[in-house]
Amino acid sequence: MRTRALRRVVALGALVLAFLAVLGPAASASPPATQTADTKACQYPEKTDEQIHIKGCLRDTRDDPPAPVPGVTVTVTDASGTLIQELETDETGVFDVPLPGEPILNLNKDFIVKIDESTLPEGADLRNPEQVELTINFNTTSDQTVVFPIGDKIEKPSKFIEGVQLAIGGLVFSALLAMSALGLSMIFGTTGLTNFAHGELVTFGALMAWAIDRLPGEIEIGGTDITVIVGVLFAFVIGGFFGLLNDKALWKPLRDRGTGIIAMMIVSIGLSIFLRSVFQYFAGGTSHNYSQYSSVSPWHIGQIAITSKEIAVFSFAMLVLVAVSLLVQYTRLGKATRAVADNPALAASSGINVQRVIAAVWIVGAALAALAGALLGLTQGFDFQIGFKILLLIFAAVVLGGLGTIWGAMVGAFVIGLFVEVSTLWVPAELKYVGALLVLILVLLVRPQGILGRAQRIG
Amino acid sequence: MDFGSLFGQTIEQAFGPLAIVYCLAAIGLNVHFGYTGLLNFGQAAFMAVGGYAMASFVQTWGLSMWLGMLVGIGLTIVLALLLGIPTLRLRADYLAIVTIAAAEALRQTVGSVTLLEYFGGQDGRQGNFAREFRDLNPFDEGLTIGPVSWSANVFWVMVVGWALVALCCLIVWALMRSPWGRVLKAIREDEDAARSLGKNVYSYKMQSLIIGGIFGAFAGFIYGLSKNAVIPTDYATDTTFFAYTVLLVGGAARVFGPVVGAILFWGLISALSVFFTQATRSDLIPDSIMSNDQASLMRFIVLGLALMLLMIFRPQGIFGDRKELAIDGR
Repeated sequence: MRTRALRRVVALGALVLAFLAVLGPAASASPPATQTADTKACQYPEKTDEQIHIKGCLRDTRDDPPAPVPGVTVTVTDASGTLIQELETDETGVFDVPLPGEPILNLNKDFIVKIDESTLPEGADLRNPEQVELTINFNTTSDQTVVFPIGDKIEKPSKFIEGVQLAIGGLVFSALLAMSALGLSMIFGTTGLTNFAHGELVTFGALMAWAIDRLPGEIEIGGTDITVIVGVLFAFVIGGFFGLLNDKALWKPLRDRGTGIIAMMIVSIGLSIFLRSVFQYFAGGTSHNYSQYSSVSPWHIGQIAITSKEIAVFSFAMLVLVAVSLLVQYTRLGKATRAVADNPALAASSGINVQRVIAAVWIVGAALAALAGALLGLTQGFDFQIGFKILLLIFAAVVLGGLGTIWGAMVGAFVIGLFVEVSTLWVPAELKYVGALLVLILVLLVRPQGILGRAQRIG
Repeated sequence: MDFGSLFGQTIEQAFGPLAIVYCLAAIGLNVHFGYTGLLNFGQAAFMAVGGYAMASFVQTWGLSMWLGMLVGIGLTIVLALLLGIPTLRLRADYLAIVTIAAAEALRQTVGSVTLLEYFGGQDGRQGNFAREFRDLNPFDEGLTIGPVSWSANVFWVMVVGWALVALCCLIVWALMRSPWGRVLKAIREDEDAARSLGKNVYSYKMQSLIIGGIFGAFAGFIYGLSKNAVIPTDYATDTTFFAYTVLLVGGAARVFGPVVGAILFWGLISALSVFFTQATRSDLIPDSIMSNDQASLMRFIVLGLALMLLMIFRPQGIFGDRKELAIDGR
């Protein structure tokens, strides 16, 4: 029985590896985002006077490299509307206006640069039609360059398209949230610990993948650079070890002493502050990106943009989630885990080794959290508190689904993740987490056991 | 190593305005957690409501600061009711999650660009809203004893702040030796037993949440007055965690626990920060091991470790009684 379970795990692992190997080249094959150097660079006339100049260079961004746009009328006025100069861009698309008077007297004054749209060549438009004029304020006496992007008009997408676009981002985020939430929920289910340091397990993954990424040299298979992919897998494995270390060094001794769950909760807060500071000690306070896949140019399907990175991360995360679900549902250890979560005493008396189950839960939960952190870092960059920032969302997902349930954590994560992203259609993006937290409070008001939790007295 | 400034700054911080702020916040938590067993992880929200009400009344609406404080206390009661109604019937860990979520939601809302004109976004409210308070300052100059020195404004905040702390301690002491306080302790020890004696546990918990929240609002007032600024980042989740550390260092369920805790906590934080900054500057610790930026993190690393070890080996703190505080989950 056990060998069969083991064989299944090995098969799944091989599948995951094969999947990554296929995705690796696909993701790196997409063209790099940086444009080739502009061969026809803007050539400004040499400066011969002491005046401050306002200058600019019109380029049609539809051509590659962008072509100059000559013969466009540009007007420069001061704040009161008095004309300073009206001129046309030359054959290289350049205009250059010296401001009259002492440079020092022009400080802290506004000047307005305006484009005459009717003189733009046939078919060309300002990319942002509302930005016909720019106001410039000088706080130093150096020249200022203004930019008017020219090309196709950017059409504002409809609410529906915007919603679909947000939902795609939300699905990717949800899958990662679900991976993080699984660990928290399983650990709570088996040990009763509300682990406030769970966010740090997520950050740990992002940082470990980064550590591999920062090693000198590249890891290659068949000429393809797979450093970051190896980094992500490394984060998954070392995350599991980190979880085991957490349990063996701290939580198991505390359980053996009979420490209460509130005391353990406060210990986890101390651990969270400690680990977060240690992470900041080594990673600094700034935000980072991995060396690969930080900017992948999207594919356009109609008006919807989607990147190969999003597809890869989402499919991989879903694969892992399905694999974990199957393991929990069908393997002996998975059944034992659910039994312990249900009733530890009864599980122990029917011959289940509770300590071994808890150790396994810590390994799997922490490995999933670390993997989520590495993939989150891949999709949106990371810093020393990436996990702490989403900790409350993880809690929201777990509570919404039902604290301690495994399916609930996943369902809750998808509800919260999608809600957070799609709600930005109506609420400002800076308040998107607030909505999720209010949902959490409302759920507790109406259905404290969560969507999938069993109704029981929890007071 | 300049031990004079190390000692001076340690004393300045240990008795300075920040110690008072955290002491008041911890007195509130002592009522919640120490005496009633409520795990309120949203004390920062009560502080923010107090601080923002006071500052916005002056700066946004041009009204009196004292009126702002009064409204701040009123809003604190409203917040306690809003938080308490759904969660006080729930288990302790649920209360913890809801309060921490509510505090963070409140902080992100007042710090948003959407409400910029009322609460000043991420810059918060920082004008001279403490004018009315500073005009009352009877001290022309600050206090200087050897290497320790406080400016006139800081000293005025300290005098008022420590007086407020003394008053709050007196209130807590009086409340907890009354029959009302004994019911709170009974709820902490065994909720069902208290209920079986005919006590309305829910109502007592709510009263405890409100009273502790008002102490939190006091902390918010002093915080705002001492900095002449109310900034969203000051009311982050870590603020609550630090207040818990202060409470646990001194000893929960003890009237003077928060006072001792705050003095020790800020003295230690300041000493660590000055020590490591000086050690890296004077090359006592080489730059390759620790830079100046990293030196400022050492205090939080030690703080996190200290909180863990304290909770594991001496959960009753310095003055607590282990028998009185059998912290466990309910």
